Amino acid sequence: MRNTQRSQKIAFFFLFLATLLIVVPVGLIVVIIIQKGLPAINWQFLSDIPRQGMRSGGIFPAIIGTFYLVFGAIVFALPIGLLAAIYLSEYAKDNMLNRIIKLAIVNLSGVPSVVYGLFGLALFVVFFKFGASILSGSLTLGIMILPIIITTSREALESVPQSFREVSLSLGASKWQTIRQIVLPNAIPGILTGTILGLGRAAGETAPILFTVAAFYLPRLPKSIFDQAMALPYHLYVISTQVPNVDEKVRYGTALVLLVLVLFMNLVAIIIRYNFRKKKKW
Amino acid sequence: MHNKIKMQAKDVDFFYGKNQALKNVNLDVYANRVTAMIGPSGCGKSTFIRLFNRMNELVPHTALCGKIFLDDLEINNPSVDPVDIRRRVGMVFQKPNPFPKSIFENISYGLKVNGIKDKAFIGQKVEDSLKRAVIWGEVKDRLHDSALKLSGGQQQRLCIARCLAVETEVILFDEPCASLDPISTAKIEELILELKKDYTIIIVTHNMQQAARVSDYTGFFLLGELVEFGKTQDMFTAPRNKKTEDYITGRFG
Repeated sequence: MRNTQRSQKIAFFFLFLATLLIVVPVGLIVVIIIQKGLPAINWQFLSDIPRQGMRSGGIFPAIIGTFYLVFGAIVFALPIGLLAAIYLSEYAKDNMLNRIIKLAIVNLSGVPSVVYGLFGLALFVVFFKFGASILSGSLTLGIMILPIIITTSREALESVPQSFREVSLSLGASKWQTIRQIVLPNAIPGILTGTILGLGRAAGETAPILFTVAAFYLPRLPKSIFDQAMALPYHLYVISTQVPNVDEKVRYGTALVLLVLVLFMNLVAIIIRYNFRKKKKW
Repeated sequence: MHNKIKMQAKDVDFFYGKNQALKNVNLDVYANRVTAMIGPSGCGKSTFIRLFNRMNELVPHTALCGKIFLDDLEINNPSVDPVDIRRRVGMVFQKPNPFPKSIFENISYGLKVNGIKDKAFIGQKVEDSLKRAVIWGEVKDRLHDSALKLSGGQQQRLCIARCLAVETEVILFDEPCASLDPISTAKIEELILELKKDYTIIIVTHNMQQAARVSDYTGFFLLGELVEFGKTQDMFTAPRNKKTEDYITGRFG
């Protein structure tokens, strides 16, 4: 009896330790970034263009660029990803080929982002002649987050109870009516989760935009989707490694803005998801 | 004297993969009568009634041999759209399964997917269906609350109302009282007896007393075979088959 209690305590201790090991570094990073970056944050920093070789001024073009890129990626990836997920979950027969396709999509989300960058360079920049542009960058980021969106959306669709589909069909609804009116509304929270993950990834990645869109220094806003743009992750990389004598607080300030941006996007999606969950329960 | 035959199974074999679930079943379902399917778990009775609205097609790797008729229409013919069949043959499932929508939306769903848009008509139909399923009094003041807030017995009557709203000709009940308390069960049995005036009813049940109470005809299934079929009264007083007798007297099952 004592023995089981002791081994239980030891098990709990290690489980707790593992959790702590995850939480503490993340917490520390956030604390350090806030501590060192907060002094840099003021209205000018957020709304001005970079000046003096990016050593002062603001990061407004990079913020806007990141918004454009993330928005473009979602506009491209969400509809395609969702449609593919619906096909895979609702229509595709359960056979070898489709299982391989599903597995391949899951694995695609593990492909290093720099590979997507090179792919985007070859396909969008060179082959389609979009050049280094917001369009190329958005499409590249979109392709990078497609597997995440497809996989999480498919899981969300598959977690809708089969009994809902059966009832709907038994009432004389067609398969498409069932999907649109019963399956999709109940899968929305899960689909949003996938979108959240995709958003965060698209906003934070540097490698895919490196060759396809990111401008080293562009002290103005992009004029069209065929224009280059600055983006926060790449800007952070540039001022951290490529430009000498950049004040530490500018670097941390940029990191803080990127962090807040991603957290803010996640927060919005979490709130939407929470509201859906509250309404739909089974 | 027999009634008009509403549905008919002819030489039906059914397979889950290589597993044969039904063996050469022949059965007539009479119009405006309650036909009960009894038998131990896994005997194929649920599989059997799911053939009448082509629900088994949703299960992958299944195969059907034989013919199922609704009036003169051979419903398992590939040229027949299952949607058309399900608009004539409704189903109430074992577990109460309202959609996570409001009570009103649950009932109106079947009308909307059938292309009805007239709001006044839908409103009237929702009220009629709920009244028909004897649940109107309990829900009339909260039609726009979630259906999931209702009790299990209420949910099942809501599911019956949802089925009634579509105005089918046949209703299949797949163990409708399996998860309900005795009072709710009694209400639903009463309802089934009332409904047979306008509908042809097929009910699967584990409960032999229930079969005896509500049905006019009973089929006894065992290991995928229809062992005996006949008038409920005859079957429960003088079963022709030894196995039937053993089952209904509680010697196994």
